[in-house]
Amino acid sequence: MEKLEKYGKRAFFALLLALAIALPWIGLKLYQLRVLTLALAWAIAAVSLNLILGYTGQASLAHGAFLGIGAYTFGIFTERVGLNFWPSLLIAGLVTAFLGLLVGLPSLRTKGPYFAIVTLCFNVIVFKVFENWTWLSGGIQGQKVPCPSFLTQRWARYYFVLGALLLVLVVVRFIVKSLLGITFMSIRSNENLAEATGINSFRYKLLSFTVSCFIVGLAGALLAVENQHLDFTVTNYAYSFNLLVYVLIGGAATLSGPVLGAVGLYYFLDYVEKSLGEYRFVLFGFILIVAIIYFPRGMVGGLSRLWDWAKGRHASYRAREVTP
Amino acid sequence: MTILRVEGLTKRFGGLVAVNKVDFEVSEGSILGIIGPNGAGKSTIFNLVSGIIPPDEGRVVFQGKEVTGWKPYRMAREGIARTFQTTALFEELPVYVNLLIGYRMRTRSGLWDVVLQTPRARREKKEAAEKVMEVLAFTGLAEYAFRPAGSIPQEAQKRLAIGIALMGNPRLVLLDEPTGGVGMEETNGIIELIARIRERGITVCVIEHKMRMIMSLANRIVALNFGVKIADGVPQEVCEDRAVIEAYLGEQHA
Ligand SMILES: Nc1ncnc2c1ncn2[C@@H]1O[C@H](COP(=O)(O)OP(=O)(O)O)[C@@H](O)[C@H]1O
Ligand SMILES: [Mg+2]
Repeated sequence: MEKLEKYGKRAFFALLLALAIALPWIGLKLYQLRVLTLALAWAIAAVSLNLILGYTGQASLAHGAFLGIGAYTFGIFTERVGLNFWPSLLIAGLVTAFLGLLVGLPSLRTKGPYFAIVTLCFNVIVFKVFENWTWLSGGIQGQKVPCPSFLTQRWARYYFVLGALLLVLVVVRFIVKSLLGITFMSIRSNENLAEATGINSFRYKLLSFTVSCFIVGLAGALLAVENQHLDFTVTNYAYSFNLLVYVLIGGAATLSGPVLGAVGLYYFLDYVEKSLGEYRFVLFGFILIVAIIYFPRGMVGGLSRLWDWAKGRHASYRAREVTP
Repeated sequence: MTILRVEGLTKRFGGLVAVNKVDFEVSEGSILGIIGPNGAGKSTIFNLVSGIIPPDEGRVVFQGKEVTGWKPYRMAREGIARTFQTTALFEELPVYVNLLIGYRMRTRSGLWDVVLQTPRARREKKEAAEKVMEVLAFTGLAEYAFRPAGSIPQEAQKRLAIGIALMGNPRLVLLDEPTGGVGMEETNGIIELIARIRERGITVCVIEHKMRMIMSLANRIVALNFGVKIADGVPQEVCEDRAVIEAYLGEQHA
């Protein structure tokens, strides 16, 4: 039964992957491909948030800011400094990780909701800074982002971002199946016990957050490449909440959850942003509350419950999903 | 050989002196019982010795090294493991993962080992799995290995908490009411487990309410009342001590 389930799961994801690879060739309109590419880049950001939020239990509300910082670092190094694509991409990740480290150093020392508050404040400040320092952000006009020659085709960018997402998923999977990942989960589960068990929780929270920021920086750079343009709104704290929705609705502390959340909801949230403007926060609040109360395990939790139900079995679906 | 020495240990909470100039010693390979009425300061002593809270005064010397005021994770690495009075577990994680976490501090693989899947990461994972098998057998939890820790019976949870403490190869374990809220029959299982821990050469300090149990198990007993040590000696002596009898009678009359 366990085996069947494992193969079933593998077959399901292989099918999804095959579909993702085939998509550009089955008569998709170009703008649809573009939306998908953006959704995949957001999926990378959601996977990164899941590492610190889902697995380590620390709610970062600054991932919007870090996404924007990664995007701008990339934009500045390619367009203004004139560096190549690859070194700029690496620098985008490193600069974002370094700033994450600086934010984490004071704010991860304490336990509880303090971290969420500090990160949200950080995001608001970063947003205001990018809005006002037009020499940095280019203001409302923003700035151009050059596209390397191997990514000028839309399908090429699509495959590139898809590949990046798969790579990030492999790395995160290595982490969560390792003793390091178990360390992160111990902090989420019971930080005091983790410390009494010899784990320096501050150090591991900082590591998880820094790695998470590195990845979200890359996601920002990929978004910038796809858009070939940047303006200060990319650092908006509203995007921190978008990412929160992707992770919590998709399924926190699961590998596939944030990806399903981002791909499934990107178009919807984009539409909501355009039609509701600032009022969308009311909707976000509503969605998050309903999700947390009624679907604590998100879409993935719902799927595995459905799977259990289909097998006529109500065995614990919780343990399987959260653990290696 | 003294493994743990506590000198003049004092802790105040506001106006309340929860632990008041307490001294005691634990000799290596023995079981020390700590008794006293509710609120006597027993758990606070464990919190001070394991670094959960820093003492206001006094010293904690472990294996000849002063460790006063160290953070809990450093105390654990030094070889002091503990359980909590209200059983603390990683509840949503399976039993075997709870145990793995207990071994983490004895491993070194970091981010690069994991991302690059180095031999060290593989070796340590294998070591950890072997240790988990050993402790599962030692604590009799094999049948629950894949169940979420929060879903197993109360008494198995108590044994799991002890198992987590044993995973890091401690020299000293502090057990805070390991049989609290557990039925008579299962209590015997836990007593037997504590005795087997001593047989392995690990020193044990145990806080216990059930007098009969502590008398048969402990090599020495320290009795506390209102944060002050009122007796210290072999079980028979402490049992017959006037101050101890009064403290316990006082509790019954209260
Ligand atoms: N963190 C704390 N803050 C304030 N008071 C505390 C704290 N911990 C314990 N106390 C108080 O210290 C006294 C001793 O508590 P404790 O050590 O838990 O007693 P015991 O374990 O012997 O029952 C009690 O009066 C308790 O209320
Ligand atoms: Mg107590």
